[in-house]
Amino acid sequence: MKAIISVVGKDTVGILAAVATKCADYKVNINDVNQTIIDQYFTMYMVVGLDELTIPFTQFVDEIQAVGKEKNLKIDCMHEDIFNMMHKI
Amino acid sequence: MINNRNEIVETIRMIQEENLDVRTITMGISLIDCMDTDINRSCEKIYNKVYKYAKDLVKVGNEISKKYGIPIVNKRVSVTPIAMLVGVSGGDPVLYAKTLDKVAKDIGIDFIGGYSALVQKGFAPGDRELIDSIPRALNETSFVCSSVNVGSTRAGINLDAVKIMGEKVREAAELSKDRECIAASKMVVFCNAVEDNPFMAGAFHGVGEADCIINVGVSGPGVVRAAIAKTPKDASISEIADVIKKTAFKVTRMGQLVGVEASKMLGVEFGIVDLSLAPTPAVGDSVAHILEEMGLEQCGGVGTTACLAILNDAVKKGGVMASSRVGGLSGAFIPVSEDAGMIDATESGALCIEKLEAMTAVCSVGLDMIVIPGDTPAEVISALIADEAAIGMINCKTTAVRVIPAIGRKEGERLNFGGLLGYGPIMPIRKLSPKTFIDRGGQIPAPLNSLKN
Repeated sequence: MKAIISVVGKDTVGILAAVATKCADYKVNINDVNQTIIDQYFTMYMVVGLDELTIPFTQFVDEIQAVGKEKNLKIDCMHEDIFNMMHKI
Repeated sequence: MINNRNEIVETIRMIQEENLDVRTITMGISLIDCMDTDINRSCEKIYNKVYKYAKDLVKVGNEISKKYGIPIVNKRVSVTPIAMLVGVSGGDPVLYAKTLDKVAKDIGIDFIGGYSALVQKGFAPGDRELIDSIPRALNETSFVCSSVNVGSTRAGINLDAVKIMGEKVREAAELSKDRECIAASKMVVFCNAVEDNPFMAGAFHGVGEADCIINVGVSGPGVVRAAIAKTPKDASISEIADVIKKTAFKVTRMGQLVGVEASKMLGVEFGIVDLSLAPTPAVGDSVAHILEEMGLEQCGGVGTTACLAILNDAVKKGGVMASSRVGGLSGAFIPVSEDAGMIDATESGALCIEKLEAMTAVCSVGLDMIVIPGDTPAEVISALIADEAAIGMINCKTTAVRVIPAIGRKEGERLNFGGLLGYGPIMPIRKLSPKTFIDRGGQIPAPLNSLKN
């Protein structure tokens, strides 16, 4: 099972580290990272594996969103099924 | 298999920037087994059954919303038309409305629909009593929605019911005149009502349905508009139709995912996805703006009906393939007060009630959320209902009327309902009297279904 973490906001030091640390805390494996900075705005999409996730997924979503609030960023985490359903027949 | 980067970006943009959401998860619950000759016992059984079946609806909706990152705006319940229960129990139908209101409040849902009667071919026991009580019931409750089906392609139109409903619409507005005439916004008069509609105010759980089902209504006018905006200005209309189809497919797939997941989590059979484009008053979530993006100066001008027909048809074509079960109203909604573009078009004078009537011949439902002058006589409202029902009857489609007489307000003023219901400027309506026609009563005969010209 996989999920996509998306991060959008003003670029500051340590965004990637904060998200990655939270993932490591709950044994979420980072499979792929895509990041760009446009006009000081940091945009990142992260594909993560949830096979060894130690807490319920919705709780992990809360945790990861809390990182966003701390750093004044918009961070979301969405289950892969929504992307697969929308773009694959 | 995770998708490529563009698809990930597209999905996230649709949700975060283009207002893509699931408008509603609606649980349909049959109340057939709650009927009792004692109205108090009947109400008790209704409360217990709805509570038992739907107590986790809000929780499950919120969990799904969190899991997929997709907003689920409303959680609703629809029930068997209450007139049938009134027919068995007798008594004051408003007791049923209060019971539904209480259970809706206790389980935390947004609306409960089904304070309804189906009278397209005549009145059965309970029907007249329920219809008579609608204004009072809606004025004394917060969550209850009401609908009455007055016509169908197979039965014709019950003109007696049409006459009564014109009066009831006025009465509901008058009773709630201190609260923006809100009671009239919670009642709708149908022709060819569908039994699995998840949208309010018209949702009820049809007698042909299973004991309990989950129906889903999607939204996404903003997504469709954004997709059309990306096509070149000289793209042919067939290309535009194709873009709408592809977008509707994606929107509907999301509804299908949510519906299947909700039915699994609640242990309830999955009903249908309603392929509707339901607007909200928020900027960027307007059906009128889609029509304008297709190339009109403003919604309401000539060309509007053609553009809406293309949109409505393409939404269905794209959506049908995306869902295992499609139903409900399925098409583009054109509620005036719930759509920023429609509100602007009304205020500028571009959109009038006659044009809206023409649009309802090709859209998903009918004259919806239109604020009319407070001094509009009941027979004019009845005749408006008759006109709209005739369009539905002849064209074998659902049509409806939900108009709100702005009691005590002058032309140029508006009613402000708040929330998803939005606000509406008063739209002028012709007051030439149809009284003799409406007073005739009787049944408009069912139409011929051949020689179609």
